[in-house]
Amino acid sequence: MHEMSLTESVVEILCEEGRRQGFARVKTVWLEIGTLSGVEPGAMEFCFDVVTRGTLAEGARLEIVRTPGQGWCLDCEKSVALVERFGACPECGGYKVQMTSGDEMRVKELEVE
Amino acid sequence: MDYGAGLAGVHVPGMSQERIVQIERDILSKNRSYAEENRGYFGRKGVLALNFVSSPGSGKTSLLVRAINDLKDKHAIAVIEGDQQTSNDAERIRATGAKAIQVNTGKGCHLDAHMVGHALETLDIADNSLLFVENVGNLVCPAAFDLGEAHKVVLLSTTEGEDKPAKYPDMFAAADLMLLNKSDLLPHLDFDVGACIAHALRVNPNLQTLIVSAKTGEGLAAFYAWVEARSNLARSDLARRKAEARKAG
Repeated sequence: MHEMSLTESVVEILCEEGRRQGFARVKTVWLEIGTLSGVEPGAMEFCFDVVTRGTLAEGARLEIVRTPGQGWCLDCEKSVALVERFGACPECGGYKVQMTSGDEMRVKELEVE
Repeated sequence: MDYGAGLAGVHVPGMSQERIVQIERDILSKNRSYAEENRGYFGRKGVLALNFVSSPGSGKTSLLVRAINDLKDKHAIAVIEGDQQTSNDAERIRATGAKAIQVNTGKGCHLDAHMVGHALETLDIADNSLLFVENVGNLVCPAAFDLGEAHKVVLLSTTEGEDKPAKYPDMFAAADLMLLNKSDLLPHLDFDVGACIAHALRVNPNLQTLIVSAKTGEGLAAFYAWVEARSNLARSDLARRKAEARKAG
């Protein structure tokens, strides 16, 4: 999708938090990227190495935690697994499913010094 | 994934500067805060901002040129044109007399709220205007980036596949209005309008659809009425706020 600009946003967040919380180097970044978010983790890893050059996160390790897709099926009245963003309910085949998780794109945690 | 592993090996309490910082920040939060600034600006000026998205070649610029010519006697109109390169589209818009600014995204595949905020500084929009933002032709990336607009309007043309809403669902889920453009070509094509709308509604049950032709003008009266109703809302908000300010002052 647009991994480059998302990765730039991640680095912006790191720089901002560095100023606010007083750290000068980031060693590891944990991102939470949902499986339905449309983000390709491989592309993000590639961009991360490029975008972090010359910043406080240069050489940092990127750990991507994938969260599975889940939705609430209005007809079955229960939580079901979703493998695609606007996909059908795996139990009843209907499309009245509201996504409840899987589209996360978050910076969760940092290891800093 | 092992949260303990990173530190357990190297971290000795009191011996090292390393620490874990929980931040829990949404990657798009930065864009969202710029978008909220833009939205506040539109609100303070009674501006209705629409973000036009589509794949390349579905007729965004032609539709805007026609809409500006049809609406310019009643509305002040400004346009932000997003393209990777060239200012061709902004020139087409300026030929109508509307204010236009071209934003070149370079390698970027979408406009973001920060770029739009910068464009607004130079554009100097009049109160109660319409602002049309023509996003980069791309059915994927612009869906994720709120620009502060009131509505995303997605164009789909009859020369594209009718299952595009199923193939690129994010954009159709993010939009409030779908304009099915190039209706004048329907007699020559096998495009199934009903199937197209069914695909779109499956992704977004609240999506409204209008069938239009920027070339012949078919269906545009309905689109203008849609714009008019929403512009009236933006204007009346501003009028009310001004009246309240007068009362207070």
